[in-house]
Amino acid sequence: MLRIDRAIYDEIVAHARRDHPDEACGVVAGPEGSDRPERFIPMLNAARSPTFYEFDSKDLLRLYREMDDRGEEPVVIYHSHTATEAYPSRTDVSYASEPKAHYVLVSTRDPDTVEFRSFRIVDSVITEEEVQVLAPAASE
Amino acid sequence: MAIEVRIPTILRNYTDGAKAVQSTGSTLGELFANLDSSHPGIGGRLVEDAKLRRFVNVYLNDEDVRFLGGLDTPVADGDTVTVLPAVAGGAPDAARV
Repeated sequence: MLRIDRAIYDEIVAHARRDHPDEACGVVAGPEGSDRPERFIPMLNAARSPTFYEFDSKDLLRLYREMDDRGEEPVVIYHSHTATEAYPSRTDVSYASEPKAHYVLVSTRDPDTVEFRSFRIVDSVITEEEVQVLAPAASE
Repeated sequence: MAIEVRIPTILRNYTDGAKAVQSTGSTLGELFANLDSSHPGIGGRLVEDAKLRRFVNVYLNDEDVRFLGGLDTPVADGDTVTVLPAVAGGAPDAARV
């Protein structure tokens, strides 16, 4: 199951909407081994394409160095599909290389409906999981 | 001559969990061949048909080796080679599978 704060969930959806009709992508990092997505890091889609996304290679190096220095790992790796369902494509599966990550897919095909789904992709096997959106800490 | 190779999580099963290992070579191709001798199987995850696999990004110090010389890129003592999985994907009809 993916447990994710409402604020981060909203940021992922907003990023996907903003970059539509191109695919948006990014990471939510968290302390290594914690399974807690805490630090929202939107990435540039170097492909700037409605059907493909790729982290720019320099950005990727910087991202991984930074996570390494902070003792973090990519807890969530997200991207959007802009005309199709929020389900991993064959391309997504072939590139999926973080067996511990939650692969989040957002579809922006319908401007009025939020499609936000999460998957594990391990050895090319896709397993959908429940998404639990956590309310903000009781400060109000 | 020792060159540090930083290993991504996905390939650490070849290095007994080590985040970084040492190897030698005068080019990146040689370095990966030597790495495969000490960690059998890892070479095939990095190189295919004598070219870098598209699913990995390889950096010599701070530079993506695709913009240097690929597997022919010269490497030297004290260099750091970083291997990272490409983060990419796309919609079902993406042509670049």
